[in-house]
Order: sequence, then structure tokens, then C-alpha cells
Amino acid sequence: MLFGVAPIVWSLIMSLQRNNLFSSGTPFVGLANYRQMLHDPVVTQAIEHTIVYTALFVPGTMIVGLVLAVAMNRQIRFISVYRTAAYATMAISTISEALVFIWLFDPSYGIVNYLFHLVGIPQQQFLSSTSEALYVIVVMTIWGWTGFAVVIYLAALQGVPKGLLEAAAIDGASRWTTFRRITLPLLSPASLFLLVWLTINALQLFDEVYLSTAGGPLNSTTVLVYYLYEQAFGTTAGSVPGNFGYASAIAYFLFVIILVVTAVQFRVGRRLVHYRS
Amino acid sequence: MSAPTVSLPARRRARLPFSSWHLLLIPATLVLIFPFAWLIVTSVETPAEALHFPPILVPHHLDFGNYAQALQAAPFGRFFVNSAVVAVTTVASNLVLCSLAGYAFARYRFFGRGLMFVLIMATLMVPFQVTMIPQFIITKWLGIHVLAQVGINHIGALILPNAATAFGIFFLRQFFRTLPIEYEEAARVDGASRLTVLFRVVLPLSGPALATLAALTFLDSWNNFLWPLIAVTSTNQMTLPLGLANFQGAHSTEWTLLMAGNVMSLAPMLLIFVVAQRYFVRSVASTGLAGT
Repeated sequence: MLFGVAPIVWSLIMSLQRNNLFSSGTPFVGLANYRQMLHDPVVTQAIEHTIVYTALFVPGTMIVGLVLAVAMNRQIRFISVYRTAAYATMAISTISEALVFIWLFDPSYGIVNYLFHLVGIPQQQFLSSTSEALYVIVVMTIWGWTGFAVVIYLAALQGVPKGLLEAAAIDGASRWTTFRRITLPLLSPASLFLLVWLTINALQLFDEVYLSTAGGPLNSTTVLVYYLYEQAFGTTAGSVPGNFGYASAIAYFLFVIILVVTAVQFRVGRRLVHYRS
Repeated sequence: MSAPTVSLPARRRARLPFSSWHLLLIPATLVLIFPFAWLIVTSVETPAEALHFPPILVPHHLDFGNYAQALQAAPFGRFFVNSAVVAVTTVASNLVLCSLAGYAFARYRFFGRGLMFVLIMATLMVPFQVTMIPQFIITKWLGIHVLAQVGINHIGALILPNAATAFGIFFLRQFFRTLPIEYEEAARVDGASRLTVLFRVVLPLSGPALATLAALTFLDSWNNFLWPLIAVTSTNQMTLPLGLANFQGAHSTEWTLLMAGNVMSLAPMLLIFVVAQRYFVRSVASTGLAGT
């Protein structure tokens, strides 16, 4: 209760106060913190980046996970090697993952630029570029979540009754039709779960941004959680550390977004998802 | 045997000596493991080799000097011990506390049960960012006024707030409700106390659920970053992810050193994971199946 319920109420109260480490009191300022968000250009940017990131990361991870899980859902040689390679990404902390990818995507010495060079693509700035940094973060996080998505889809695929697939084959359905008309609908509960789960996590992106770009260059990768962290605990020049009231307001705003998005996903999902009784 | 020169595409495909799925899985697997491989290659190169163009894919000799140097620059052994202490204690306390709370919610009627359960469920929905600032203030206060070991800048602060999680309570309550109540009633009739029933009858039947909760809690605790980042600033209290991030801040372009540190940071969890793969995978899969 102390660490569960009390802080939720407390931070709601804080979001209505002017509260930073330097002020002596914590006067109630009503919705001033929320009004400040409306006029804060960085908040607008952070919302945009969070949306772009989520819109790319979530479908990307689901497609990669689905394709690999379908490919791995059979007994062929080396299958356990393939599966282990995918699962292993689950054991990697976000920090280790980000550190490897900073090196892979290093503008001067990274091997990705070397591979680009081999196929004739000019050298890219990647994480140092305002137009590319967010996409590099999308790539590294999709890699990091592949194992999770594969596990979820493989488990669901193993629940697809073989008899149904055989019946479809006997009726002359092609493998693609069978997949689209039978397998995919039977996977829809797993897809809905992944959609909701990955979206919640994407909206809370922080670790990779903290390590690889610190929101930069020029705020091009500042997402909501990174911005509120900076407001509350950041030490970078330009932001006031200890801005607890404002950070709480941003956190509550994020909470509402997550609630609304999740509710919509479930509402729409319930209509599209095929549950077997 | 010589093949006929004219062959249909379908027949040619049928004659592949291996499943065509390998053509997808081999490149995909290479992409998946390439970051690991490149990490290890860089960690045993000299700085000059690491910055060489074109990149040196196979180092001329294995240079483990980076590891010694990284260990001198940052106490990775200490980070590992901290991570292990935090993860093991968190798992143990979750198993005990969530069993107790989950069992109470599953089987006993007490004043305020409904309200308390709703409140605990509500905390499941709330993102950590909402509670982290009050949690920081509470932790700071506890450290000053109650016990320094659970205050800011001590690994106790990484254990206490996660000692019992809403997810664990909910998960075990759901599982306990699926157990046949007759065993518990029989034990009560024979004079066993409520706690004896829980520890002697219910928990022995709950092995798979407890194992799942343990695996998920362990992964979460081991890879947690944001809370340690806020709660801990002194090097000797850091866990592996935080220590590694700190190390990166101090040596941002010394790639061979960074990769050696990174190998040391991710190797323990990777080893545990590969050894107990089936067990982790089943646990993660069950979260998805529970949602379906």
C-alpha cells in the first residue's frame, strides 16, 4: 500500500502544486502545470516522437515476431539453434542492447556504415542525425523485443489444432489461404495481447533514449518519459532539476494516454478477435 | 544420377536437400546474433583494430587486456553481486508475500477485501512514471528517519518498493482459486492452522505458478534501470545496467573497453537464460496465454 496506492494519489496532488527543490513551500496552483504543458514546445515534440516511435515499433515487432514464429513452428534441423537465437534477446538488458547498437551504428567506425558503403549507400550520421536517430532507436528496440514476440506467437501457434489445417488442405486451400483464413484468426488473441503490451511499453520508452541519445540531437528523440525524467531528476543545462510538480503532471498525462489507448485497443480488438470457446 | 535439364519450378523446389524455411531462418538468425558476435569480437580487439577501416571481422590475436582494464575502471564484480542480491531477495520476498496476500484474497473474507483488491488492481494499470517521484520521496524519508539500509543510495531501496508486486498478488490469487478447495478443508478439519494449510497444502500444489512468478520477477529485477538510476548514485551500490550506463558515460568512445564491460554485464544473465531456457520461455508464454 505504501509503495502502491499512496504514491498514485500523492503524485496527483503534486501535479497540482508548484513543487521544486528550490521553492520552500508547495502552494497549490490548480491546473497551472497542465496549462504549462500546452504551451511547452518540448512537450509537443515529445508527444510527436512518442507517437511516431510507437506507430513504428509496435507493428514492426509484431510482424517480425509473427514471421519468425511461423518459420520456427516446425521440426526441422537446427530449429533449437534458431529458437535460442531469438529467445536470447529477452535476456539482454535495455542498456546492454543500446550500448551494442550505438557501436554498430557509430557514424565513423560502425559496421552498419561499412555495410552501407559496400552496397553504395553514402555514410549516414544515424544517432547523431536529427532525422535518423529515432529510427535507429526503433530498430534497436525491435531487435530487443523479438524474443518476446516470438515466444508469444509460438505458444499461440502451438494451440492451433492440426486437424483444421489438414481439413483446409484437403478442401484444396493453398497454404497462404489457410494461413490467412485459419491460422491468423486463431492467433488474434495473441496479436491483441502483443498489441496492448507492446504499446504500453512503447509509450514508456526511456532506457534506450537515455543511453544512446539523451533526447538529442536537438530534442529529436525526446519522448514523454525522458522529458519528465529530465524535469524531475535531470542535470542537463536548460532544464530545472527537481521540477516534481510539472513532472507529475506529464506523468499523469501519459497515464491518461495509456488508459485511453488501451481501452480503445480492447474495444476495437474485442470485435476483431476470434476467441475459441 | 543426373537431373533432367528441363525441370518445373515446383519439382526443383521439391528437390532442395533441406526445408526452404532455412532460407528465411538462416539470414534472420544471423541478424539476431550479429550484435552479440560483433560485441565479442570488439571486446578482444585492440583500439586500433576496432577503429580500422574496413572493419576487421576476425581479430589477429585474442586480447583480453580490455577485460582487465574494464575491471580496473569499474567494479563489475560488485555490480554483479548487487544485481544478484537485489534479484534474489526480490524474488524470494515476492514468493512469500504474494503467496500470503494472494491466498488471503483467494480464500478468506475479511473487512475491506473487495476495496483493497480493487485498489491493488488499479496499481497494475498505473505506469511507474506516475509513482516514481512519490516513491523517491518516501524512500528518502525512510532512509533518513527509519533505516538507512532502505534509503536512497542503498541497494535496499531497490528491493523494498518491489518486495511485493500487484502483479504477483493478482497472479497467485487467480491460480489459488483454481485449486480444489477440498484438500484445504480436509486439512483444516484435521486441525491445521491457516498458515500450515498454505505452506503444506497449497504451495506444494502451486509449483508451476510459483516458478513462473519467480522467472518473471527475476528478469524484471535484473534488467530494471529507471528506478536504480533515480535511487542510487554511488558506484558501489549500482546494479549491472546502471553500472554499465555509468561506465559508458565515463568512457564514451573507448569501444573496446565498453564492449568488454558489456560482455561482462550481459554474460551472467545470458548464461542463466540459456541453461534455464525452457523454464523462462514457458513463463513468458504463460503471460500471453493468460491474456487470451
